[in-house]
Amino acid sequence: MTVARFWRKIPNRYNLIGTHCTTCGKHYFPPRTMCPTCRRDGKMEAHKFQGKGEVVTYTVIHTAAKGYEMQAPYNLAIIKLDEGPSLTGQVVCGQEEMEIGMRVRSVFRKLGEESEKGMIYYGTKFVPE
Amino acid sequence: MEVGIVSYGAYVPRYRIKLEEIAAVWGDDAKSIIGGLKVKEKSVPDLDEDAITISVEAARNAINRGNVDASRLGAIYCGSESHPYAVKPTSTIVAAAVGAEPNLTAADFEFACKAGTAAIQACMGLVGAGMIDIGLAIGADVSQGAPGDALEYTAAAGGAAYIIGSSDLAAVIEDTFSFTTDTPDFWRREGMPYPEHGGRFTGEPGYFKHVTSAASGLMDKLGTKPSDYDYAVFHQPNGKFPQNVARKLGFTPDQIKAGLVVPMLGNTYSGSCMIGLAAILDQAVEGDRIFMTAFGSGAGSDAFSITVTDRIEEIRDAGPKVEELLQNPIYMNYATYAKHKGKIKVS
Repeated sequence: MTVARFWRKIPNRYNLIGTHCTTCGKHYFPPRTMCPTCRRDGKMEAHKFQGKGEVVTYTVIHTAAKGYEMQAPYNLAIIKLDEGPSLTGQVVCGQEEMEIGMRVRSVFRKLGEESEKGMIYYGTKFVPE
Repeated sequence: MEVGIVSYGAYVPRYRIKLEEIAAVWGDDAKSIIGGLKVKEKSVPDLDEDAITISVEAARNAINRGNVDASRLGAIYCGSESHPYAVKPTSTIVAAAVGAEPNLTAADFEFACKAGTAAIQACMGLVGAGMIDIGLAIGADVSQGAPGDALEYTAAAGGAAYIIGSSDLAAVIEDTFSFTTDTPDFWRREGMPYPEHGGRFTGEPGYFKHVTSAASGLMDKLGTKPSDYDYAVFHQPNGKFPQNVARKLGFTPDQIKAGLVVPMLGNTYSGSCMIGLAAILDQAVEGDRIFMTAFGSGAGSDAFSITVTDRIEEIRDAGPKVEELLQNPIYMNYATYAKHKGKIKVS
């Protein structure tokens, strides 16, 4: 990931900033500039998600991608936020604690790093609530 | 103008290692180590935790506990000796993560284990001078100790954050007093992964001289004595030093009991004294007086005299208490601990 690409997404990664359509009330994460339901009638505003939700489904990664070897095995889940949208995120807990439907809350963690001398990427992960 | 603590928050990672486990690896007598240090276990960061993530979690706990509008923060100062970047402030990342950007000043502080209390003093100055509305002072570390070194038994991870202001105070800071000298008791050179120390030299000329001088200096300045305080907390590199310095100064074991978190937490360096203060605020009531003295090698001590207000009751339960943060730990063996601490390198 380039420095600029990470930097552009800091509000979304650090604080789960998405969007909310004031016309139909639907929330979006990642943010959308246009409401796909209301189209030109939609009025979008920035929305900070509470960071609470439930696990829709999950998998346990044993063969990790480069840079994540030390963390394996780790839990990767689809999390449905209480406001509606779903996102993919890491759930930091033991594999035995994972369960479909479990409640989770967001925490601030290191997502990865470019290299030993490169920049460090921070952002949101989840833990059992 | 009265200046003090608007809110506070602490954070401790969930992992722990028992001192027996470390002693077994190095062939040391666990009983004598635990008896000598008066520490049973210490916290260990997760693989994706560092001084920045700990600072953010502690800061968010402080902001939520006090229901504080983060855009009011005029300054964020982060004290640590394990800032993940040598150049790129921890405080800017914290500012973004708590929603305080962009109209504020921010900087990272370093003064061994007392960088966080130096940050509190800087915020007190800015608030007292009317330059800012409220400021955020953090002390957080993922402490380093070389494998096999005496420090490895206590070097832990954790932090605490304090919002300093002049209104809606949960505790008033009546005054502060510092004592600073050039004492090379402990250091880490640029680029080196682990600190070096002067062994027993860290005791008398380092810790005890500075803590007693700052503490006595503040009590002389205020005309107070140890019996005027309900609670006292001192920097906790181990369990023995704060108990000995408290006795030397005339404080009783009862006064330091609530803030003595080191036996089950270890030495969180910049977070040490500040987590101890958080543990006291978790149970103090209106009118209680707290005496705090931090120590940072190199060397210096910051002493504070604090009085709790009735607002503590309003905010206390809105954030995790230190006792709660120490509950339900996950214990690990030395090999997993070494992996978490980056002592195992993979190419």
